[in-house]
Amino acid sequence: MKRIAVLGMPNTGKSTFFNRFTGATASVGNWAGMTVDLMMATLKIGEVTADVIDLPGIYDLRGFSEDEMVVQRFLESTPLHLIIIILNTVQIDRQLSLALQIKRLQIPAILLLNMADEAPKFGVKVNAEKIAQHLEMPVISMSAKYGNQYGKGYDAAIDAIAQTLHQQEHPICVRNISDCAIDDRQLATELDAILQDAVHISTQHSNTLTTRLDRFLLHPILGLPLFFAAMYLMFQVVYTLGTPLQAFLSFGLDWIKVAALEPVFTPFPSFLKGFLIGGLYDGIGTVVAFIPVILLFFFCMAIVEDSGYLARSAFLMDAFMERLGLDGRSFVMSLMGFGCNVPAIMGTRVMRSPGLRMLSMLVIPFSLCSARLNVFIFMTTALFTPQVAPGVLFSLYLFSFAAALVTALLFKGQFPNHDPLVLELPPYRFPTIKQIFVRAWVEVKHFLRWSNQFIIAGVVIIWLLNHLPMDVPPASKQTLSGMIGQAVQPLLQPLGINSQLAIALIFGFVAKEVVLGGLAVIYGASNDAGLGGAIAHQIDWVQAYSFMLFTLLYIPCLSTIAVLKRESKSAKFATLAVVWSIALAWITSFLFYQGARLLGF
Amino acid sequence: MSVSHSHLAALKPGHIAIIASLNLSPQFHQRLLALGFRQGRQVTMLRRSAFAGPIHVRIGTTEVMLRRRDAQNVNVTLVRR
Ligand SMILES: Nc1nc2c(ncn2[C@@H]2O[C@H](COP(=O)(O)OP(=O)(O)OP(=O)(O)O)[C@@H](O)[C@H]2O)c(=O)[nH]1
Ligand SMILES: [Mg+2]
Repeated sequence: MKRIAVLGMPNTGKSTFFNRFTGATASVGNWAGMTVDLMMATLKIGEVTADVIDLPGIYDLRGFSEDEMVVQRFLESTPLHLIIIILNTVQIDRQLSLALQIKRLQIPAILLLNMADEAPKFGVKVNAEKIAQHLEMPVISMSAKYGNQYGKGYDAAIDAIAQTLHQQEHPICVRNISDCAIDDRQLATELDAILQDAVHISTQHSNTLTTRLDRFLLHPILGLPLFFAAMYLMFQVVYTLGTPLQAFLSFGLDWIKVAALEPVFTPFPSFLKGFLIGGLYDGIGTVVAFIPVILLFFFCMAIVEDSGYLARSAFLMDAFMERLGLDGRSFVMSLMGFGCNVPAIMGTRVMRSPGLRMLSMLVIPFSLCSARLNVFIFMTTALFTPQVAPGVLFSLYLFSFAAALVTALLFKGQFPNHDPLVLELPPYRFPTIKQIFVRAWVEVKHFLRWSNQFIIAGVVIIWLLNHLPMDVPPASKQTLSGMIGQAVQPLLQPLGINSQLAIALIFGFVAKEVVLGGLAVIYGASNDAGLGGAIAHQIDWVQAYSFMLFTLLYIPCLSTIAVLKRESKSAKFATLAVVWSIALAWITSFLFYQGARLLGF
Repeated sequence: MSVSHSHLAALKPGHIAIIASLNLSPQFHQRLLALGFRQGRQVTMLRRSAFAGPIHVRIGTTEVMLRRRDAQNVNVTLVRR
């Protein structure tokens, strides 16, 4: 077994190359700091099996941020047979410095000049052979994104990797990176010598598409409105295309139930039949019907993440975020949190200041993630007319922003930060169709794995609580769930949350999909007029909205709590995040519910 | 064409300057070095955001944003308005 590491500066296409090379599905995005953790894949190269490891991007081997430290620790503890250095050809004028540093590590290396497809557009010409002579390692120009659709570079790279790997019998380990360091002056001299000899950069290419687009998208006045318009557009696309698909799928699942399942299970005892159909099938079916929404959402997310617009949003929002004690990167992570909070929280590793990281981690869980979106689509379409439903849903996004803002303002004193900020603004890009599908597919796979672990269990438990003991009417006060619900009523009644909804909330702690499946099970028990109808029958819109506010604000799921604890290395901090989010949820729902009732709704 | 000394945050959009010196904490200095900020290199100011927000500059073929407060510690010599 041999071992290969993929190393390079951030946003140079390491993960793109890694995916093409190994068939893995590491996340790719046009943002410096997409990968913050190690990812390994095993494959056969010729005769040998090799572990390939994708690493976070680093600017310098001596860096200090958490993601750079991940790389240092890895290098100092892992013997390697080969390092694949990836750099962005367009930025070769500065990125060669890292190749020069890695060369000092004395581990066999290959330098891949990536994004060869973009280089001509920016007027960059490189002589790979000359660079190879200077660096004394194979140097190959290629495109990780387009592979063999762009020149022969990719195949040549794979050949070179196989060959070098074959020759290297024993792994080499760096004991101490600082021993291999060179001082900045010598580095600059060597860098200039290579650039002089092997690189030509024309100055005639400064008016690229990116420059022209930035004139509008980063405009001092138009920039922010355009950004929010773009976000609203994305929301509209997901909503207007997603809800009909979800309704259609849910209708299909109902049809199967009535036409096939119910006749088949008629001979079964009614408790068992109810458990299988009203519990398992309805609960899981309701959750599964949202797969098209998830797909659509992450199609859009893939485009946003790969466009380079995230970094622009950091530019546009930084002045505002600074006043909240945060910075542009916190905003970008909050945006990523709209997909899923967990990777967004890990993404804060690019921040050096602990205060800034903690405050960002406190704020990110308020981002309305796609799991919560499903709950809200479900409830708004059940309780509101089609005309107002999207507006109601959008208002929850506004609450999500407001909660983050209030939290930052309240806690910024506790988490001071004077971190300087410098961020790359990469050129605008567009993902390939394959990249878009892979991104969405990874999410759906993740979602299905979740369903196996937690959603089924959650739904089953909720159904049983609603139907045990067997000799009382289902979903009544005498059932187990009725008793639990009654016990927490003093806390939740002032919010208009009845005892059935309370059960959904309690189990929603595990994951928001459980809330969705739970609602289906709870309200499916008592009706024939369709689930939506049943909910609308038992709670009014004020209660529903209060419930949604609570669901939005209290801690999103167990995985978020786990990652908060792991990243902050502090149980105290994780507790603070949980307690604060529940408190904020309670206060907000209380104010809303009592306010609305006072006003006569 | 006049030659004058200034800092990066003071440049107006379209101005081109040469980096004279960097006056920063070691960690931040290292990051800027890796992004291409070295003595003698040319920077172009592209834009400044509203509300005293960050600036957007091009150095070589890399475009970066940085906060004005930090940019004030990058001393430059203006070469073209
Ligand atoms: N045009 C072009 N774009 C590429 C190429 N390789 C990668 N990209 C794009 O460059 C961006 C960064 O790619 P990633 O693979 O996430 O880069 P990375 O080096 O893993 O980045 P970090 O994990 O942040 O360090 C994405 O938008 C990719 O689609 C290429 O060969 N050509
Ligand atoms: Mg990566």
